[in-house]
Amino acid sequence: MSVKNTLASFAVALTVFGGIGMAGAAEKAGEHHDKSHVERQNWSFSGLLGSYDKAQLKRGFAVYNEVCSACHGMNLLSWRNLMEEGGPEFTKDELKALIAEKEVPAEPNEEGLTHSDEDGSRLMRAALFTDRMLSPYANKKAAMAANAGALPPDLSVIAKARGIPHVADNSEPSAWYAAPFVGLMEYGSWIVSVAKDVTTQYQEGGADYIYALLTSYAEEAPAGVDVGDRSFNYVFPGNAISMAAPLGTLETGAEADKEANKELHAKSRDVAAYLMWASEPHLNARKSLGLKVLIYLIILSGLMYAVKRTIWAGVKH
Amino acid sequence: MGHHESNYEPKWGIAKWFDERLPVARMVSDQFIVFPTPRNLNYWWTMGMVLFFFLIIQLITGIILAMHYIPHADMAFNSVEHIMRDVNWGWLLRNMHSNGASFFFIAVYIHILRGIYYGSYKAPREILWLVGVVIYIMMMAAAFMGYVLPWGQMSFWGATVITNLFSAIPLVGDSITQFLWGAYAVSQPTLNRFYSLHYLVPMLLVAFVFIHVWALHVVGSNNPEGLSVKSSDDTLPFHPYFTMKDMYMSVVFLTIYAFFVFYMSNYMGHPDNFIRANPVVTPAHIVPEWYFLPFYAVLRAIPDKLGGVIAMFGAIMVVAVLPWLDRNPIRSLRYRPKARFFFWLFVIVAMLLGFLGAKPAEGWYVTASRILTAYWFIYFLVIVPLLSKMETTNRRMPGSITDAVLGHHGKISEGAQTASSGH
Repeated sequence: MSVKNTLASFAVALTVFGGIGMAGAAEKAGEHHDKSHVERQNWSFSGLLGSYDKAQLKRGFAVYNEVCSACHGMNLLSWRNLMEEGGPEFTKDELKALIAEKEVPAEPNEEGLTHSDEDGSRLMRAALFTDRMLSPYANKKAAMAANAGALPPDLSVIAKARGIPHVADNSEPSAWYAAPFVGLMEYGSWIVSVAKDVTTQYQEGGADYIYALLTSYAEEAPAGVDVGDRSFNYVFPGNAISMAAPLGTLETGAEADKEANKELHAKSRDVAAYLMWASEPHLNARKSLGLKVLIYLIILSGLMYAVKRTIWAGVKH
Repeated sequence: MGHHESNYEPKWGIAKWFDERLPVARMVSDQFIVFPTPRNLNYWWTMGMVLFFFLIIQLITGIILAMHYIPHADMAFNSVEHIMRDVNWGWLLRNMHSNGASFFFIAVYIHILRGIYYGSYKAPREILWLVGVVIYIMMMAAAFMGYVLPWGQMSFWGATVITNLFSAIPLVGDSITQFLWGAYAVSQPTLNRFYSLHYLVPMLLVAFVFIHVWALHVVGSNNPEGLSVKSSDDTLPFHPYFTMKDMYMSVVFLTIYAFFVFYMSNYMGHPDNFIRANPVVTPAHIVPEWYFLPFYAVLRAIPDKLGGVIAMFGAIMVVAVLPWLDRNPIRSLRYRPKARFFFWLFVIVAMLLGFLGAKPAEGWYVTASRILTAYWFIYFLVIVPLLSKMETTNRRMPGSITDAVLGHHGKISEGAQTASSGH
């Protein structure tokens, strides 16, 4: 009983003193605190039994194809990947139609030329299934020149290259005496967050971030914030993002177009799922094999334990 | 190897012929079948076999990955993605290898802490302990260089931070650093030599594992009571008792490992390492792999570069000289309540340092790192030697392993008698 009481009072003390420190931090972070928070989404590919939703990947590819691919390439993917198992699984004919108008830089022609004799332009040829999903720009410099100095990143592994932080850093609580409490609270919430990740097999931080990013453009930067030529995005680190809202801005206020908002969310979700697939194309195979391996190993552990018990029965140890 | 007499008798002619020329079967029989092992070993003693399993996993997956990987600054990142995407079962091999490194460290940390708790470093096991420390340092080197190979942002900047540590050495620091790089910065030559060394170090590690096992088999295993083996009643043959117990725990470990390989494959890595290495863009926070975090926190706790480097290497070296810091005749902390308290405090401090190592070096994180780093050194250099002198007797200590198992003096059960003398 006394142990419990001690623990309880300790917890109360932690909450109270920690609260003082945290409150100071929250004040500093300002009013955008809630909007900058990336929510964890419920994806079809989350969890032990998760797998990609083919229809969603197809819709997501359409968003990429119509919008993102104007500036971004996916250099690690070939068009053929779009018909492979575990992905959007377009049929051969569908894919043929999709890439009918795509062009890639041609190999040197019979005269050994890669550029036109007449105007010096790059010679192109029709894309094949085996061609990579290239960036629309000839090179990095051309890409930066076309985007006011910003380089649109390749999107092949973007969903693995982004994540959401476990616990926000709070290195300067309002008062020095609050630091140990803030620290223990932070450590505690970090442990809780890891435990939560393990129980939910959380690996979708990238998809969550992309979805949040695409739906967190502000119509206007908040008063007093100057982002120059760039756009204001609540979840982007530093808020000033070079990419203008690609799928539109969430409308707020009484006259908001609810249908437009809904479409923005749907498109953002689909393209985030598609980018997750591009990063982890073998996720379906991985998760379905994983389940079999786990079941096998759990049964084997049980059997091994039984054998161990039998061998050790009658031996004091 | 061991002190006990060989009782291997070849049954067939060919076995006898072989035994007279190359007694491999005799060695296996003596060292891994009848080898007398304290009967009271608990599950903390199963990590040796678990580590052996992970060493094998790392070697096999690594050798296959090396068939597909390209150690070139322009191609390394894509070749790893090529393994993940286009090589048959490449995603499985790569996930097994990267998570295998993490589980190798989980097992080795349990193994080391078990050694500290039960006094496994004390006489006559000092050499065994030192060889273990060498293996641990080799593991760190292999893991660090392995993490550089994918040539992502954390690979590149991690390599930059760690190799730059050597530049803190007075006079020759810069020369050493450039020698390590093979250039004037972390670049193509660095990647290429790290690949070569990443292949070499595990081979050396295998040799040291043999020496470690050899040293273990000369003196025999320590045990939870910390008592030396006095009679054959104290021991059981290694097989089937400990082979089975170890294999059971290995399968349990493999199950947890499989969970990570298949469901949380990238969880123990860092998202930034999926961004191609870029020498002109520094990541917001450069963070090493989780198993280096406590030492990284120690490094950053010291406001001076050379001081930080000395503290970081010192933090490992104080563990190496533990047999000479703690000369207390009682091995097991079971019979040393005071030392036990400070041991667990050390474990908590090491974990908190790990947490701080992942945080930016600013504000109270630095203050806390300094306090905890101070404890790390005070624990090994002050508390352990002091308690070594103070806590020298314990009335509750049993006279022998057999006594401890039975809780009183007396004969052990019949089955065990047969088991321990049957071979």
